[in-house]
Amino acid sequence: MIEVRNLTKRYGSTLAVDNLSFDVHPGRVTGFLGPNGAGKTTTMRSMLGLDRPDGGSVKVDGRSYVDLPAPLREVGALLDAKALHGGRRAYFHLLCLAQSNGIPARRVDEVLEVVGLTGVAKRRAGGFSLGMGQRLGIAAALLGDPKVLMFDEPVNGLDPEGIRWIRTIIRALAAQGRTVFVSSHLMSEMALTADHLIVIGKGRLIADASVEELIKGSSRRSVIVRTPDSSKLWPRLVAAGGEVEHQPDGSLLVSGLEAPTIGELAAQSATVLHELTPKEASLEEAFMELTEESAEFHAGTGVAVGA
Amino acid sequence: MDTLSLQTPQGMTAPALPLERPSTFPDVLLSEWTKIRTLRSTFFSLAAAVVIVIGMGTLISYESGLHYTPVGWDPTTISLSALIVGQLAIAVLGVLSITGEYSTGMIRTTFAAVPRRGRLLAAKALVFTGVALVTGEILSWVAFALGQAVMSGHAPTASLGQANVARAVSGAGLYVALIGLMAVAIGTLVRHTAGAIVSVVAILFVLPGVLQALPSSWRNPVEEYWPTNAGAQIIKVTQGVGVHELSAGWGFGEFALFVAVLLGLAYWLLNRRDA
Repeated sequence: MIEVRNLTKRYGSTLAVDNLSFDVHPGRVTGFLGPNGAGKTTTMRSMLGLDRPDGGSVKVDGRSYVDLPAPLREVGALLDAKALHGGRRAYFHLLCLAQSNGIPARRVDEVLEVVGLTGVAKRRAGGFSLGMGQRLGIAAALLGDPKVLMFDEPVNGLDPEGIRWIRTIIRALAAQGRTVFVSSHLMSEMALTADHLIVIGKGRLIADASVEELIKGSSRRSVIVRTPDSSKLWPRLVAAGGEVEHQPDGSLLVSGLEAPTIGELAAQSATVLHELTPKEASLEEAFMELTEESAEFHAGTGVAVGA
Repeated sequence: MDTLSLQTPQGMTAPALPLERPSTFPDVLLSEWTKIRTLRSTFFSLAAAVVIVIGMGTLISYESGLHYTPVGWDPTTISLSALIVGQLAIAVLGVLSITGEYSTGMIRTTFAAVPRRGRLLAAKALVFTGVALVTGEILSWVAFALGQAVMSGHAPTASLGQANVARAVSGAGLYVALIGLMAVAIGTLVRHTAGAIVSVVAILFVLPGVLQALPSSWRNPVEEYWPTNAGAQIIKVTQGVGVHELSAGWGFGEFALFVAVLLGLAYWLLNRRDA
């Protein structure tokens, strides 16, 4: 369980994190989502005591990170795969971390086995591929068998096999009852991995909801209506408060009205309907809508995500 | 992903760890010892120090013996004179012990594992000072013994029974240890390898050199009290006549105080900065 309360962090005149509060619960994957520059990494660095917040607090199971008696046994973190000395062999990288928290050396062999790096344990970490570096970072996070795990953009730059592997391990850790917190700027990735989402933009909380709730709450929900007599139905839909758009295939895309209401309006005006299909917004669309206002950079139609 | 096999995350739930116990200062010391002994730069720097202090020192002793002049003859100091250059290898290693973590990004992993930064700095400083002390003592004693051996027959040599000789040789090791500790403090303050090494070189060589240009009424006290000059007094057997020098004890004490202030400043800044 992680509790973030009124977290504020400033870099010079830039407000990177602005009065941010949320909880991360055990037993599920909580996605931490926002456009690049939204303050995700700053928030995670503050959670680990790497940055000193200007205000607010982060508690891990009721305690501040710097007060944890053996931090690696409670929180495992992967901030970036290259946060290591490339001249040190993988085994010794893990060994010095284990020793600092009083973790027995045999645990190093165990985590190397778990991430599949046993064969290259004696190689210098600087020569590792990005995927191997990411595995080594995950091995370090697992060293203390922690109840809380944090991953900052874990799939960035990985090949499909690496992405699938990370996804599997993240899901498995949550299934074991651990608190798992994963940041990403990729909605599509979060849709596959996360159960719950914390969405931020410009350092502020935008949404704290389950993936389903986010989709349901989107005003981008719409209904596809196909009728041979659209000129008759159109004014009635608009009068009822709907927004109507012509689609290239001749159908109408109606938002702001539920499908039953549209059906009733059609019946009242004796309009023939060929199709009446409620269309869920995609998580991508829900995310776009949420972050449009807050995105640092717009490129035409709000392409602030998926860089 | 190369040929790495995909493993299911089994075994992570295995009761792998004994009961949780708090991380202690000896844990962090052991960790820092592992860090320093598992990098090649440690062995390269120590090898450089050996070649310079023992190799170059023995050559200097031999040459000086051949050109023996009785005035101010101090065979102990001559045999240890290559330390002036050799201390740089130790200083570079001390700087790297912390700036190497900043330049590679390891520092973030380190701080996440040991969020009490004062404890981390103390462990790093203690481990490195220990390495520098042991290295410094071995270098000094070997350079002294070989130096006297190659001088004998050509010039009078020093022996441990003579006044201040044992103090000068063991003091040389202490001086090297303190140079190492100073380098750790400066590395922590500056954080960048090149900048920290330039700072060390400035303190050891450049600034004392520049001071030579001052009028003598200013120059004399500055030379006398310049921290690294004062600290090096412990390596001398005889005090110069008519020059401004502190005694071995006062000089070394002043240098130790200077290093302690740098270390205090490093501790203060380390706790306030973002990683």
